[in-house]
Amino acid sequence: MTQTIVIAEMNNNAVHPSTAELVSAAKTFGGEPTLVVPCTDANQASGAAGMGAGNIIAAKSGAFAHYDASGWASALDGVIPMGTIITGASPQSKDMAARLAARRNIPVVQDAVKIQEGKITSPVYSGKAMQTVSATGPVVISVRSNVFTPAEGGAMDHSVLAADGNVATAVQEFMARASERLDVSEANIVISGGRGMGSPDNFTHLEAIADTIGAAVGASRAAVDTWDAIPHSMQVGQTGKTVNPNLYIAVGISGAIQHLAGMRSSKYIVAINKDADAPIFQHADYGIVATWEEALPVLHESLKGMMD
Amino acid sequence: MPNIIVLVKQVPDTNAKIVVNGDRVDLSTVKMVMSPYDEFAVETALQHKEATGGEVIALTVGGAGAEKILKDAKAIGVDRIVRVDASGDMDSNALQSIIAQAVAELGGEVVYCGKSAADTGAGSTGPGVAERMGWASASNVSSTSFGDGLSVVMPSGSGNAQVSVPLPAVVSCDKGSLKVRKPNVKGIMQAKRASVDVLSIEAPPSTVAIVNHALPAAKPAGKSYEGGAAAAEVAHLLRDEANVL
Repeated sequence: MTQTIVIAEMNNNAVHPSTAELVSAAKTFGGEPTLVVPCTDANQASGAAGMGAGNIIAAKSGAFAHYDASGWASALDGVIPMGTIITGASPQSKDMAARLAARRNIPVVQDAVKIQEGKITSPVYSGKAMQTVSATGPVVISVRSNVFTPAEGGAMDHSVLAADGNVATAVQEFMARASERLDVSEANIVISGGRGMGSPDNFTHLEAIADTIGAAVGASRAAVDTWDAIPHSMQVGQTGKTVNPNLYIAVGISGAIQHLAGMRSSKYIVAINKDADAPIFQHADYGIVATWEEALPVLHESLKGMMD
Repeated sequence: MPNIIVLVKQVPDTNAKIVVNGDRVDLSTVKMVMSPYDEFAVETALQHKEATGGEVIALTVGGAGAEKILKDAKAIGVDRIVRVDASGDMDSNALQSIIAQAVAELGGEVVYCGKSAADTGAGSTGPGVAERMGWASASNVSSTSFGDGLSVVMPSGSGNAQVSVPLPAVVSCDKGSLKVRKPNVKGIMQAKRASVDVLSIEAPPSTVAIVNHALPAAKPAGKSYEGGAAAAEVAHLLRDEANVL
C-alpha cells in the first residue's frame, strides 16, 4: 500500500473546502491519507477536521505567509514523509506541486480528473483528448476540483510540526484587481460572451446576471481579440483559462474548438445562440436558439425570482 | 551581461483537431507550431536583452523536426538556437533533468518559459527546472522589469502582486499586455542560414508512462429550445434538474 499525503488547498490562510475532495482522491490508493496543512498559525489547521484524513499535520512556518514556490516546496519537503502526494490544481498549487516533485526527483502529474487502480487520467490538448498514465514509484498529483466527492469523517485533531522554508522572492506590493469581479478560474458558475454580443458594452447584461447568481464573466477569444475593452484575463479557451465550473453559460459564442477546449469539462453547459447550427449546441445540456436580446432578459428575470 | 535562456516547445496548432488512432494521439497530419505562451517568453527574453545586454539562447528538447520553432525564434531575434536531441515520451522528472543540465551547460543566468504548454497544459517545467537549479521562480507572470534582479507582476490571492525576484531565476510567462514582435525579412533570411547547436544529454529513466489516450466521452444529447422565452424553463431546470443554482 502506498503512503499518501494530501496538501490542503489554502485560501487566505484558511483550509478550502475542496481539500476534502483531495482526500477522497488520495483514498483511491487505499489506506488513510495524511493531510498536511501549510499554515502560519496552527489554529488554521482546525478547518481540516472531518475531511476524511487518517491524521492531520499543521505544518507551521513563516514561509507560508505569502506564496513563494521555493519557500513552500522546501518547507513542505522538510515535514512530509516520502510517498505519493496529492495537491489541488489551482495555478499556485500546480506550481508548488511541480517544485516539490522536482525537489524529490519524482515526476508530477497535473490536473487529474480520474484515479483508478493507480492509473491517473488528465485532460491533454486542453481537453481535446484524455491521457491515462501509470506510475511505478511515488509521484506528485494535482487534482482538479469538482471531480471527486468530498471525503468525510476521519481525524478531527491535528499535530503541529515546525517547518523551515527557503523563501526566494519578496512581495513589494499587493495590487487590487482592476475589476472586483470573480475570476473565471475561481467561480462555480461562469457566464461568457462571444462576438455574438455585438459590442463590449453589451457585456453589462452578462454582468447583471453574474451579480444575481454569483458568477464570473468570461469571454471567447474572438471577443477578446475584437474588442480592447474585453481583457485577456477574461478569456476562456486553449490560449486563455481552462475552467470546469458546475455551470457554464455561453452567450453568442459559436463554439470554436479553441473555446470548447477551455470549458468542455464544465458540469452543465447552457448555450444561447441565434445560429441553430453553432457547434456549441453539440456540447450543451440546455441549448436555446435565440438572440441574446431575446433570451437574457427572460433568463435574468427568472433567476432573480429564484434567488429572492 | 546575462546569458538569457528561453525554453520553447513544439505543439500542435491550437486550432487543430486532435485524432486518436488505436490508443494514442495521432499528430502525423497536424500542423506543429511554437506553443503560444512560449511566444510571450521569447518576447520577454528579447526585452530583457534590450534592457541589460546579454545573449538570448532559445532551447528546445526533441527531434530534428522541432528545429522549425527554433528557426522561428531566430527570425524574431534570438542570438543562438540549441536543441537537446531526444525522442519518445518522458516524464516530468526526465525532461526537467535534461533541461536543467542544458541550462547549466549553456551558462544560463535567467530562464524564461511559457506558463504552460498547449499540449500538456501542465506548467511544471518552469518551477521544476528552477528547483533543480536551486533558483528562485515566479510563475504566470504578466509583466517583467529588468535590473540586477527582476520585478514581476504575478497572481497573488484574488489579485496580483508586484514581486521582486533575485537572479538567477526561472520566470514562466502569461500573456499580460505583451505584444509579440513579428519577424522581418532580414530575420527570416538570417534564420534560414542559422545553424542549430545540438546537445546530447542522458535522461534518467521515466517512472511515469502513458497507458493510453482517448477522446473525451461524448456528452449525451442535451435539451434544445427555440426562442428566448425558453430561458425561463431552462432557469428552473438548472435549479430543479441540474441542481447547480
